[in-house]
Amino acid sequence: MARIIVVTSGKGGVGKTTTSAAIAMGLAKKGHKTAVIDFDVGLRNLDLIMGCERRVVYDFVNVINGEATLNQALIKDKNCDQLYILPASQTRDKDALSQEGVGKILEELKKDFKYIICDSPAGIEKGAHLAMYFADDAFIVTNPEVSSVRDSDRMLGILSSKSRRAEQNEDPIKEYLLLSRYSPDRVKLGEMLSVDDVQEILSLHLLGVIPESKSVLSASNAGIPVILDEKSDAGQAYADIVARYLGEEKPHRFIDEKKGLFGKLFGGK
Amino acid sequence: MSTDSQQNTHRSSALEFKSSTFSVPVLVLASNDVVIIEQQLQEKVQLAPEFFKNSPLVFDLQELNKRDVEINVAELTHIIRKLDLLPIGIRGGTAQQNQQALELGIPIHAGHNMSAASGTEKQQTPKPEAVFEPQAVSAATTTLITLPVRSGQRVYAEGDLIILAQVSAGAEILAEGNIHVYGSLRGRALAGVLGNTAARIFCSDLQAELISIAGNYKISEDLNGTVLNQPVQIYLQNHALVIKDI
Repeated sequence: MARIIVVTSGKGGVGKTTTSAAIAMGLAKKGHKTAVIDFDVGLRNLDLIMGCERRVVYDFVNVINGEATLNQALIKDKNCDQLYILPASQTRDKDALSQEGVGKILEELKKDFKYIICDSPAGIEKGAHLAMYFADDAFIVTNPEVSSVRDSDRMLGILSSKSRRAEQNEDPIKEYLLLSRYSPDRVKLGEMLSVDDVQEILSLHLLGVIPESKSVLSASNAGIPVILDEKSDAGQAYADIVARYLGEEKPHRFIDEKKGLFGKLFGGK
Repeated sequence: MSTDSQQNTHRSSALEFKSSTFSVPVLVLASNDVVIIEQQLQEKVQLAPEFFKNSPLVFDLQELNKRDVEINVAELTHIIRKLDLLPIGIRGGTAQQNQQALELGIPIHAGHNMSAASGTEKQQTPKPEAVFEPQAVSAATTTLITLPVRSGQRVYAEGDLIILAQVSAGAEILAEGNIHVYGSLRGRALAGVLGNTAARIFCSDLQAELISIAGNYKISEDLNGTVLNQPVQIYLQNHALVIKDI
C-alpha cells in the first residue's frame, strides 16, 4: 500500500526541500519506488536540489490542467532509477492547484509508487494545505528556535483538524519530528533549544536530528541530495532517519557535542 | 415570479417592508401629578440635553394603572413634547388611555406580558417549569479531548472541558463551565465564558498565556514564580482571580 508523506513546517527556510530530497532519495536507494512532488508552485526549488532543473518539460500544474500526462511530467532521477520527481510550475501561483486535481494525481501515483513525498511550501495557505491534505504520514521539520517550534505546533494543529483523514474520521496522520540545523555546541551555550526542550513543547515522536552542516549547502548547490554524501554528518543523519522510518532501530546521533581532541584522548563517559 | 420580473423591467420597486428592532427609552411613570412629572423630567433632560433632544420616547402607565391612578394622556403628551422629546408610543395603558393616545397620533405598544387593557391581571407568578430550567442547563455535556490542542486551535465547550494532553502556546480553550487540563497549559484558558463566576480552571502545569473566569482575567506577566509550572486551581473570589496549588 502506497504511503503519502508530507514534509512540512509552517516556517520557511528550515530545510523542507532539503529533507524532501534526502528522504526521497533514501527511500528509493532502499529499493522502494518513490515520487517526490514540489508543491511550492511559483517558487520552484526541488528540481534544483535534485539536480534535474535542466530536464523540466512539463510540471505539476500542466498535469492538473490536463495539458500533459503524469508520465510526461515525471522526471527520472539520474542517480537512482527508483526515484521520480514532479516539479512545480515556476510561472504560476498556488491558485493553479485544486483539491480535486491534486487528489487525482496522487491516486494515480499510488498505483505505481510505494512512497509519495509531498514537499510543502512554507506558510499555512493553499499550497501547504493541499500538500498535507491527502497525507498518511507527516515529517515536521523544525529548527531549534522558538518561532520555528511555534509554527510547527500550528501546522500540527492543522494536520489533526483539516486533513482528509481528520475530515473523514479515519486514523490520524502519523506525525514525526525532524529537528534540523541542530548544533550541540550552541545548545550548550544556551543559544539554541535542546532536543528535550523541543520535544517537551511539541510532544512528538523524534525521528531524527540533523546537525547543522556545511555539506547541506554544498550538496544543494551541486544539485545532489545530501544523503548521497555518505561521509557527511547530515547525510548520515538522513540515512538514519530513513532507516528509522522503515522500522529499523537506530540510536540517535548528533545530539551531543563533538568531543575535541582532548575529549577523545582522555575519553569521556 | 415571472410576472414580478416583467414588472421590474418596467419600473423598479419603490418600497419594501422590512422588520427592524429599535432601542427606545421608556418613561415609566410612578405619579400622576403632571407638575412633578414635568419638574423631574426636566431635571433628567438637563443631565444630558444632547442625548434627550428630539429623542423618541415611549411612556409606560402600567405602574399607575396597577394602583388605579388616573392620568391625563393629553396633558402628559404635552409636557413630553414641551421638553423636546418625541413621544412615539404608549405602553401599559387602559382602553380609555389607549384611545386618547390614538387620537393624539401616538401608537399603542403591547409590551409587558399582560395585555394593556386588563389592568387587574398583573404580576403573574413565574411558571413552575422555569424553576427546572437551570438544572437542565447545568447538565450540559462534558467535552473530553485526548489529543494535544495545538497553536491556533480553538476548543469551545458548552459544559465542562477536560483535556488529557497539553494545550500549546497560541491555542485557546473556552468553556461555559469548568476547565481541566491534565498536561501543560501554555495557551489561553477561559472558563465560565457566559458569566458563570463559580467556574474554575484546574491544570497540572500552569504556563498559560492568559487565564480567565467569567471575564476576570490574568495574563502570563501577572503570574508569579510560585504558581508557574505548578499544578494549580484557579477560581474567583470577590471578583479577583485566586490561584492556589492543589
